[in-house]
Amino acid sequence: MAKYILKRIGYMLITLFIIATFSFILMKMLPGSPLTAEEKVTEAQREIILEKYGLNDPIPVQYVRYLGNLAQGDLGVSFQMKNQSVTDILMSRAPVSAELGFWALIVGTSLGMLLGLIAAIRQNSWMDYGSNIISVIGISIPSFIFAGLMQFYIGVELELLPIAFWGTPQQAIMPVIALAIFPMAISARFLRTEMIEVLGSDYIVTAKAKGVSKFAIIFKHGLRNALIPLITVMGPMAVSLMTGTLVIEKIFSIPGIGEQFVNSVTTNDFSIIMGTTLFFAFLFIVIILIIDILYGIIDPRIRLAGGKD
Amino acid sequence: MRKSNWLLLVFGLVLTLFLAACGDDTSSDDGEGTEGGAPEQVLNILESAQIPTMDSSQATDAVAFQFLGETMEGLYRLDENAQPQPAIAAGEPEISEDGTEWTIQLRDDAVWSNGDPVTAHDFVFAWRRAVDPATGSEYGPFMMNGVLKNAEAINNNKADVEELGVEAVSDTELHITLEKPIPYFHSLLTFGTFLPLNEAFVTEKGEEYALNSDNLLYNGPFVLIEWDPTGENPEQWTLVKNEDYWDAEKVQLEKINVSVVKERSTAVNLYNTGEVDRAGLSAEYVEKYAGTEDYKTLAEPTLFYLKLNQANEALANKNVRKAIAMSIGKQDLVDVILANGSIPATGAVPENFTSHPETGEDFREINGDLITEDKEAAKEFWAKGLEELGVDSVELGYLGGDSDVAQEMDAYIKDQLEETLEGLTVEVVSVPFEERISRNEKGEYDIQNSGWGPDYLDPNTWLEMWTSTSPYMTNNYDSEEYDTLISEANNELLTEPVKRYENFLKAEKVLMEDAGIAPLYQRSRAYLWRPSVKGVIFNPMGADFTYKHAYIEE
Repeated sequence: MAKYILKRIGYMLITLFIIATFSFILMKMLPGSPLTAEEKVTEAQREIILEKYGLNDPIPVQYVRYLGNLAQGDLGVSFQMKNQSVTDILMSRAPVSAELGFWALIVGTSLGMLLGLIAAIRQNSWMDYGSNIISVIGISIPSFIFAGLMQFYIGVELELLPIAFWGTPQQAIMPVIALAIFPMAISARFLRTEMIEVLGSDYIVTAKAKGVSKFAIIFKHGLRNALIPLITVMGPMAVSLMTGTLVIEKIFSIPGIGEQFVNSVTTNDFSIIMGTTLFFAFLFIVIILIIDILYGIIDPRIRLAGGKD
Repeated sequence: MRKSNWLLLVFGLVLTLFLAACGDDTSSDDGEGTEGGAPEQVLNILESAQIPTMDSSQATDAVAFQFLGETMEGLYRLDENAQPQPAIAAGEPEISEDGTEWTIQLRDDAVWSNGDPVTAHDFVFAWRRAVDPATGSEYGPFMMNGVLKNAEAINNNKADVEELGVEAVSDTELHITLEKPIPYFHSLLTFGTFLPLNEAFVTEKGEEYALNSDNLLYNGPFVLIEWDPTGENPEQWTLVKNEDYWDAEKVQLEKINVSVVKERSTAVNLYNTGEVDRAGLSAEYVEKYAGTEDYKTLAEPTLFYLKLNQANEALANKNVRKAIAMSIGKQDLVDVILANGSIPATGAVPENFTSHPETGEDFREINGDLITEDKEAAKEFWAKGLEELGVDSVELGYLGGDSDVAQEMDAYIKDQLEETLEGLTVEVVSVPFEERISRNEKGEYDIQNSGWGPDYLDPNTWLEMWTSTSPYMTNNYDSEEYDTLISEANNELLTEPVKRYENFLKAEKVLMEDAGIAPLYQRSRAYLWRPSVKGVIFNPMGADFTYKHAYIEE
C-alpha cells in the first residue's frame, strides 16, 4: 500500500509539472500584459514597468525562474492585487470554497442516497417516480437557476434566509443547497440502479431464504455493495463542484477561490492564474488518489498494487 | 417504523453536523435596524470589485481611487460643482506669473492616524515615489510626466528623483515647479496619485505597506478597518469616521459598510430587503425601476465612439467616414440597448464636463450637436465617397468587445450601417478587452468601438489624443489644422484660458467635420439609491463619490 501511494505521489508531481509547463506556455500566448491601466499607459511607460517585473526577459528565462520559485513553494505576488502574495490569497479563499463544496457534496450525496434507496425499495411506486422526477430536474436545470429562485423567494419574498455573503450557518444554507442539487440527482440515479441490481442478486435471495430481516438485507447486505460504484463517481462529482462553485460564489457573493480565478484570467494576472490552476490540479489529483485508496479499502477484491500484498 | 426512523436519524445527523460546522460565527450582521429616534448614521454600500490596492502610487482603478478618496486627503478636494477646494492646503495656491511656479501653504492641524502631522515633506515623498521607475507605478508617470518638472526624465532613468519639481520649503510650505503652465493642474491636485504619504511609516512597512488596513495610515474623513485581501473575508470592509480628521465636525456618517457583490440581481435583492442603500442596475432592471423614487441615473463623463482607421483605403475617404458617423441611430442605441440613462454623443467632448472660463457655458452647449443621426445625408455622403473611390461596395472589419451588451450594440450598429449604406458589408469581430487593446495598439482594425474616461478636468484630456503625434493615436487621423490648434493650446496659449478654450472648441469642430471619430454615446449609470441618503457628491473624475458630507435623513 505504502509503495503504491509513493508511486502515485511521484506521478502526481510529474503531472503537476506538465500542467505548470502547459499553463505557462498558454499564458504567454495570451495577448496583453497584466497592467491595470493598459489603455492609458504608453508603450514606453509599459516597457519600464515590464522591465521592473522581469516580464521583458526571454520566455525560457521566465519559465525557469517561475519553476525555481515554485519548487520552493513560492507562487509569487499578484499584479492586480498589488504586492499581495498569491499563496496568501489562495489560503484565505480556498477554505471558503472547500467548505462550501464539502457540505454540498455531503448534503447532496446523503439526500441522493436517501432518494435512490427509497426509489429502489419501492420500485415502480409513486415514490420511485417522484424520486426520478426530482433527479431529472436536478440534473437538467443548472444550479444558478435554483440559486436565483431561492434567493428571490426564500431571501427576498419570505425573508427566511440571508440573501448573500458568507460567515454564518444561515448564510450557507442556500448556496449549499443550490450546489448540492446536482450531486444529489446523480447519486440518486446511480444508487437506485445499483441497489435494484444488488437486491436482485443471488446472495440477497439466499439471505432472504435464510430469514434475515428486511432491514439487515437492505442496509447490511444491499447498501454496502451498492455504495462501491458510487465512490467512483464521487471524484468527478467533486470536480464538477469545483467549477460549480464559480457561479454560486458569484451569485451569493461568497469570497471563495472561483471568483478570484475568473478575475485573474480576464485581467491577465499571471501569477494568480498559475497559482489557482496548479491548486485546482493538485486538488483534483489528490481527490482521485483518495478515491482509489478508498476503493481498495471498501472492496478488498480490488488490489491496488497488484501482486499479493 | 424502524426503517424510516433510521433514515431520519442519518439525515438529522448530517444536518446537525452541517449546521455545527459552520457554527462558530463571529462576523456581525450588517443589516442592523434603527431603533427609533434619530437615524443611525450608517451607510451600507456595495462595490462590484474588491480594492486592488490602497497604495496611492499604485492605484489605477475606480474602486481604489474611491476608497483612497474617502480615507486620504490631498491638497485639494472637489466640491459638488467639481471645483477644487482647499483640503490639506490652507488656501488657494500662489502661482507665479508664468504659471509654472506654485507655492501652497499647508494647514498645520492635519494629522495622520498615528498622530504625526501631515507636512509638505509627505507630498514630496509621495510624488517622488510615484514617478520613480523602481516603484513601477502606472498612473504616476501617466499623471505626472510632462506636468511636474523632470518627471519624465526621472521615470526614464535619466534624472535623479531628487530633481523632481516639488520641494518642501518648510513643514507647511510646498513649492511645485511645472514643466509648463498646466491650466488644469489645480484639479489634478485632487487626484489620488497626488495624495501625500507618510515617509517614515511607508519606509518602515516596506513591502508590507498598504497590504491591509493595519499597514496603512490615514489623514482623510474616514479610517479603513477590517480590510484584508488575504484575510478571513477579503470582500467586506468598513470605514469609520476619523475623529482626528481636521474637518471631522463636518463628517456626519459614523460608519460605511462595504461588501463586494458582482451579481446585479443579488445587489437588487439586497437593496429590496433594505440591507444596502445603493445598488447598481443593469439594463433589464431599468424598466422596472425607472420612475420610482429610488431610481437615479448619474451621467459620467465617459465617452464611447467608433475609431475609424484611416489606414483603410475606404476609411481614408472623408465622405465615407461622415456617412458612417451619420448612419447610426444613437437615440435608439441608448434607449433600447443600453437603457441606463446614457445619452447620444454628438461631439468628442462630453457634456457637463468643462465650461467656458468666462461665460461659464458648457463646452457641449457652445459647440452644439456636431454629428447627429441623419440617414439621408449619410446616403449622399456615401454615394459621393464611393464615387471618389471608384467602387460600388466596401467591406469593413469591426472590432468590438465581448460582453453581452457590447455584442448587442455592435450587432445593432452593423445593422444600421449596412441598412443605410448600400454596398457596405461590416464584419464584426468580438474579442476580450486585452485582445482589443493589443489590436488597437498595432492598428489592426478598420472600425473599433472604443471609449475613454477623463483624467483631469480640461478639454485637453479628450482632444490631445486625436493629434497625429499622440501615443494613443492608432486610427491615423492626421490633420495639420487640428494638430496646430491643440499644440497652441498646450504651449503658447497655456496662460490665456479664454483663447485656449476657444482653440479646443475650434479643434473639436475640425475633428467632427473630418469625422475623425464617430461619436456614439456618453455613458450613464443607473442606480437604486435609498432616498434617505443625502449629501453624496458625484465626481466627474477621481473617486466616483464623496461621502464626506453624506448623512442619513429621518
